[in-house]
Amino acid sequence: MTVALTEAEPAPAAAPRQRRRRATGRLAVLPLLAFTGVAFGIPALAMLNGALTVKDPATGATSYSTANLSASLHGAYLTALIGSVKLSAVSAVLAAALGLPLAQTVVTSRFRALREAVLTAAGVLANFGGVPLAFAFVATLGNSGVLTRRLGLADKGWNLYSFWGLVIVYLYFLIPLMVLTITPALDGLRTQWREAARNNGATAFQYWRHVALPVLLPSLLGGLVLLFGSAFAAYATAAAMVGSAVPLVTLQIADAISGNVLVGQENVALALSLDMVLVAGLVMAVYLPLQRRSARWLA
Amino acid sequence: MARLNPWRWAVLAGAGLYFLVPLAASVVFTVDVPGQGVTFDAYTEIVSTDGFGSSLLLSLELAAATIALVLLLTVPALVALRLGAPRLRPLVEVVCALPLVVPPIAFVAGISTVLKWGPEHLSRTPLFQTFVAVQNPDFPFVLVLAYVVMALPFVHRALDAGLRAVDVRTLVEAARSCGASRPQALLRVVLPNLRGALLNASFLTLALVLGEFTVAQLLGFTPFAVWIYSVGGSQAQLSVAVSVLSLLVTWALLLSLAVLGGRSRTPARG
Repeated sequence: MTVALTEAEPAPAAAPRQRRRRATGRLAVLPLLAFTGVAFGIPALAMLNGALTVKDPATGATSYSTANLSASLHGAYLTALIGSVKLSAVSAVLAAALGLPLAQTVVTSRFRALREAVLTAAGVLANFGGVPLAFAFVATLGNSGVLTRRLGLADKGWNLYSFWGLVIVYLYFLIPLMVLTITPALDGLRTQWREAARNNGATAFQYWRHVALPVLLPSLLGGLVLLFGSAFAAYATAAAMVGSAVPLVTLQIADAISGNVLVGQENVALALSLDMVLVAGLVMAVYLPLQRRSARWLA
Repeated sequence: MARLNPWRWAVLAGAGLYFLVPLAASVVFTVDVPGQGVTFDAYTEIVSTDGFGSSLLLSLELAAATIALVLLLTVPALVALRLGAPRLRPLVEVVCALPLVVPPIAFVAGISTVLKWGPEHLSRTPLFQTFVAVQNPDFPFVLVLAYVVMALPFVHRALDAGLRAVDVRTLVEAARSCGASRPQALLRVVLPNLRGALLNASFLTLALVLGEFTVAQLLGFTPFAVWIYSVGGSQAQLSVAVSVLSLLVTWALLLSLAVLGGRSRTPARG
């Protein structure tokens, strides 16, 4: 209704036209909603339904129960879930800790070209994941990798196909992602704040402790959960690199989908998927409000 | 004044080392074969290896279809939201953001469950033919459906940013006052103004489809990323060479996006 008031048109002519406009508006949105309903909604419901149904192996009858969900939280499945959470948390914290100084260096640099180059590279590297990334690291630090051979790392107990190997590989796309997420927040730190702090006798440490970090905190936490979610969902890199040497929930689900699982356990994979969705949903629920909060300072 | 003091140099040098060494090492790995010296065989072999052409072609076809479908669905919807139906906007925003909450592996678990319904329950209905058709290995349309869903959040963000920069309503009113019909106003006034955003969205989708592995592998199809993986088991040098090449291609695409459409601030997932 406010729209009709702001438009410089005589009201009687505007009313039917607006109604027609609304109708075409709905008509244009409909295909998008219908498409997502089918292509996204049906698999999502199938997953939910499968996660909550149990098939009796003897009679073939199905019934609703939470048996799959509780199975997905026990034994090897629980180990995999914890493995994924641990890997994602460690990678995300490290990437945040390493990405912040890098972003700060670039943001406060006098050289415009450096800033542009690093940010463009970060945009490209953040998109670098999956199989090629895994193979690049296998070629570098794998059993017969270039660095492994040149530096004799194998004798020193180095093994890329391990938890810490995966962390090192994940950092390759997580650090750039952190740089991209935190740069707008760092840009929002006014130089006047630093000058004001200094004029009041604050040291650099005090400025960071009492001014910069509190302002950055929502963005930092937001970036952290985003990185966590990104690492948590990653599958291709781990699959191409470690196979099943490191227990991860994505690898477990893939195993079950490919049929490498006990009969009657297929739905546990769906329950594991549901666990993942819950974790990812939690991540988003934390991320979105934080993002909104940080926007207040950057306005 | 900010200066490049030793601390800054250390940070930049460390980052440079970490990000450049694996790339350099990959190239060395493919070129310097133990026992053979420096050879470029791995790169010349690529083209003649089984499945290279067909998998790359499949990936490009899937990408083209995905880009066409996702733009066809989102552009009219988002333009219409600006013009006429603002009340649907929160709904569309939520719908476009939902795929972010479902990791690709969970999504594909759902898809494969649905695809199993075909042989189990629908074998005597006409729907069964649809199930078979979408899984045609020559052109698995089911992948296009999945990729459109996965691209939605990024495409929505790119287009929304583009639409925010232009006043669609005023543009259309102006074009209409000058005698343009509604379709003319959209095609010749609104769309050219969205060129940057459309390019942005297309490139992001292209990069996503070319690199996508999870869904395609688990549904049993072999586009480019899955092919690289499958060569990796038998021919290490070759697979790393292909990885290096596919990286260069993807990066060239993304860099041209940075130059053409202004740097994208869209964080993608890994």
